[in-house]
Amino acid sequence: MSYVKPKFRHPELPKNKLGYTVDYYEGALSTLCAGCGHDSISSAIIQGCYEMNIEPHRLAKLSGIGCSSKTPAYFLSNSHGFNSVHGRMPSVATGANMANRDLIYFGVSGDGDTASIGMGQFVHVIRRNLNMTYIVMNNGCYGLTKGQDSATADEGSKNKTGQVNLFESIDLASLAIELGATFVAQSFSGDKTQLVPLIKAAMKHPGFAFINVISPCVTFNNNLGSTKSYDYVREHVEATATMDFVPQMQEISVSYDKGSQKQVKMHDGSLITLNKLAEEWDPLNRQSAMNAVLNAKSKGEILTGLLYVNPDSKDLHHLIQTSDKPLNSLVKSELCPGADALKEINAGLR
Amino acid sequence: MKPTDIKDPEYFHKVVDCQYACPAHTPVPHYIRLIAEGKYPEAYMVNWDSNVFPGILGRTCDRPCEPACRRVRVEEEPVAICRLKRVAADNKGDVKRLMPQGPFKANGKKVALVGAGPASLTVARDLAPLGYELHLFDELKAGGGFMRSQIPSFRLPETVLDEEVNFILDLGIKTHFNHYVASMKELLTKDYDAVFVGTGAPRGRDLPDLPGRQEGKENIHLGINWLGSVAFEHTKKIGKNVIVLGGGNTAMDCCRTSRRLGGENVKVVVRSPFAEMKASPWEKEDAQHEDIPIIDNHVPKSFVVENGKLKGMTFEKVKAEYDAAGKRKLVPVGGPDVFFEADDVLIAVGQENSFPWIERDCGIEFDKWEMPVVDEKTFCSTNTKVFFGGDAAWGPKNVITAVAHGHQAAISVDIFCNKKDLVKDRLSPFVNLVSQKMGIHEWGYDSEVVIDQRYAVPQADKKVTLTNRKKEVELGFDLPTGFKEAERCLNCDIQTVFTETKCIECDACVDICPTACITFTENAEAETDLRAMLKQPATNKTQDLYVSDVLPTKRVMVKDENVCLHCGLCAERCPTAAWDMQKFFYNVTKAHTHACSK
Ligand SMILES: Cc1cc2nc3c(=O)[nH]c(=O)nc-3n(C[C@H](O)[C@H](O)[C@H](O)COP(=O)(O)OP(=O)(O)OC[C@H]3O[C@@H](n4cnc5c(N)ncnc54)[C@H](O)[C@@H]3O)c2cc1C
Ligand SMILES: Cc1ncc(C[n+]2csc(CCOP(=O)(O)OP(=O)(O)O)c2C)c(N)n1
Ligand code: SF4
Ligand code: SF4
Ligand code: SF4
Ligand SMILES: [Mg+2]
Repeated sequence: MSYVKPKFRHPELPKNKLGYTVDYYEGALSTLCAGCGHDSISSAIIQGCYEMNIEPHRLAKLSGIGCSSKTPAYFLSNSHGFNSVHGRMPSVATGANMANRDLIYFGVSGDGDTASIGMGQFVHVIRRNLNMTYIVMNNGCYGLTKGQDSATADEGSKNKTGQVNLFESIDLASLAIELGATFVAQSFSGDKTQLVPLIKAAMKHPGFAFINVISPCVTFNNNLGSTKSYDYVREHVEATATMDFVPQMQEISVSYDKGSQKQVKMHDGSLITLNKLAEEWDPLNRQSAMNAVLNAKSKGEILTGLLYVNPDSKDLHHLIQTSDKPLNSLVKSELCPGADALKEINAGLR
Repeated sequence: MKPTDIKDPEYFHKVVDCQYACPAHTPVPHYIRLIAEGKYPEAYMVNWDSNVFPGILGRTCDRPCEPACRRVRVEEEPVAICRLKRVAADNKGDVKRLMPQGPFKANGKKVALVGAGPASLTVARDLAPLGYELHLFDELKAGGGFMRSQIPSFRLPETVLDEEVNFILDLGIKTHFNHYVASMKELLTKDYDAVFVGTGAPRGRDLPDLPGRQEGKENIHLGINWLGSVAFEHTKKIGKNVIVLGGGNTAMDCCRTSRRLGGENVKVVVRSPFAEMKASPWEKEDAQHEDIPIIDNHVPKSFVVENGKLKGMTFEKVKAEYDAAGKRKLVPVGGPDVFFEADDVLIAVGQENSFPWIERDCGIEFDKWEMPVVDEKTFCSTNTKVFFGGDAAWGPKNVITAVAHGHQAAISVDIFCNKKDLVKDRLSPFVNLVSQKMGIHEWGYDSEVVIDQRYAVPQADKKVTLTNRKKEVELGFDLPTGFKEAERCLNCDIQTVFTETKCIECDACVDICPTACITFTENAEAETDLRAMLKQPATNKTQDLYVSDVLPTKRVMVKDENVCLHCGLCAERCPTAAWDMQKFFYNVTKAHTHACSK
């Protein structure tokens, strides 16, 4: 019996600017179910950080609770990490970020962790425009607790026990745009060509960068009738096997044509289309981005790619005018400038 | 690219780098696993079936398998395949009970085997259980051929040689030792149904035109003759100062033997640069370890003889230059000739075939190089009754090649004696492919990949080995070290088998593969294009790409076999078992199995 990842890597792996090969950004061997979409996202994060030449010690991973929130153990072993309480990652991230503004903050959450128990924290961290990347690995269920419907499960989607979800789903991307998030994107775990650049852009974004990534739970939400299953999608493709349909399956493949529309089968027999940001939609315009998301939704489509970005984003430190120097590095002489300085201040207040 | 045809046994065979490189295609990883399991008799028998001389080869094989070992590409040093074979041999216990048990029912056919080297002995072993009456001729007093007369005892103890030669002779072979076959014509007039020629390449190349060669002949010896004379104890001494000419393995055996016969100042002088010498790296190392300098880039010019006594030799210093085609030329560097003192000189500059005993009018055609015309697949000469193998067929090679030839020649002899077609009636290899899945994280093989570096084989103290010609230098691995070395094997015969109809394209295998073997991509017409499109471009063109049929997304799965660790993680992480680890067993069909299935 063995479940150990060999130490050997491909001998010709290229090095990034820091001289690291991609494996330097790996984490422990995943304990998630074989085929879980979350693992693909971890892999995209590893690739993104490698390509961005991130110094691992300059990055902090934060998460809540859930299969998704376990993933920080599976990437960036050489970075800082905080696995917090269920739904409370945003407050821990806020605290850390306040204390040390110089790190890159990388938050990972699930649809349960964000859209249910953590909803209160989520909306406020958006409002505050905390400088961080926030990824939701969205599988429409509570994977870790054996697959109960989450608040992002689509109305009409069937779970593993055959129960149909009666409730309207929470659309995290439109919610984020609505609340003023300054970077909002959507993607699919099976599409690294799209996801990696999005992660890289999000890490560069000065402010709150949100990526909602559809990430199938192979174990509990991969059944017939689920709107978040790959298996069902492929089975259906084979069943209908129309010529028009197959090329459209390329949404999980390498490249998209700008303005094109690609479809994934995600509903009981119905087609959900993944759109790349269409040309007439302005990613810099919140109203337009919002419309695009809502339009797509009304057609049963999921828009993926960059949805909205505000290049003029001002993060929390900027808004509350903290010192440029990280608070945790201020020494006593800077924090308590002494009696003379106090006298001067007092004199100025006379 | 077209989908890979994994039904063709040669596809997976090639993935088992060592086995593919072995001329006899010994199922290497299979026996290494048996060693790791402590099943030494079984490991020995797997070898015995394929290469006939596991104990001998475990000490002396040229090991073409080792440079081919995947481990060379993954880290640096190959698995010590050869020395693991010795572990199996050293610990085999009583294996005779596992071998075919005579007497065998006679089939009424009689075959003459000329020369008792590994080629003939292999033919004998393969044919004996079928009831052939086998007559083995050699001018020497015992069987083994060059393994006995040339390979020195400090590399191959006589007891090891005797045991393995006797395993064969005990199958009921009729031996005619001290019997030089002087005429093929005469042999053909006897009632043999077939003749196998395994007479080797017995003539050492000389330097007849070098000044002083005649005058100094008392102290100038041909390497292979001299080694033979040492082996049979006609020669027991050599001078203090010895020059060995040549850069091959024979030169290495000559210089090391000289050190044991009184040579104190022994040096090897070779024309080519050190790196291009023919000798295996380990042979060179062993010689240097015995304080024998290897002086390269020196071309012999003359023997210096004074008053009828050899004093030494002069050499011209050269350097290697290469033309655009990479062809080497040795050009003098100028300066005075170099003189080296010598009481004796051993010439080890090559070997040649010679067939003075085969009349040229007995239906066996010879080419312009005086070599018999032999079919590469059937080993049959232009006389349909006469077969060749080993060094006699295409010039000097090595023991394992002679064995591989022997197996094929035996099949031909058997087919010929049964009046069937030598080409059409040959059987394909025995192949088997079995899933190793036993449960979650549970495989039928040890899939963990260790990072241990190659273990060195301990050697006996130089003080002892240099004073006793028969004392074996290498001590062999002890069992714990043998186990650890066995664990270094990557199990390349446990194949990654892909079933596209099961794949849901979740990427789990791509993400987990430690060595970036797997890519899902659009297909490309040309292999070179596809190679460049992979997650990690596949630059090693000697290693194949495994390409699947088209998947639902119109992409294909492409696996670069180059540095796959056979760790099984792709299969472990695949939710649908689209990947499976399957044990591939490939065994060359031998004459006796061939006959059984007829
Ligand atoms: C010094 C030296 C060291 C070597 N070391 C190694 C090594 O470490 N590993 C390795 O793999 N290979 C080694 N080789 C090569 C290897 O020994 C040969 O390639 C191999 O033995 C060839 O086998 P064979 O059966 O073709 O013939 P041989 O082993 O050469 O046997 C031929 C036999 O035929 C006999 N014979 C020839 N003509 C007649 C005749 N007319 N009548 C009767 N008998 C006859 C000869 O006496 C001889 O015994 C070495 C070779 C030399 C010279
Ligand atoms: C305070 C608290 N309440 C409930 C739980 C039980 N619990 C663990 S994980 C989880 C849901 C996780 O769902 P999601 O965030 O979607 O992660 P997934 O496993 O699907 O990736 C719940 C309810 C808990 N750990 N802590
Ligand atoms: S339960 Fe679902 S979400 Fe959790 S590891 Fe398994 S597949 Fe992934
Ligand atoms: S066995 Fe699979 S995971 Fe392991 S190296 Fe080979 S292709 Fe990669
Ligand atoms: S893990 Fe299995 S199902 Fe997933 S992409 Fe690889 S082969 Fe296909
Ligand atoms: Mg979830």
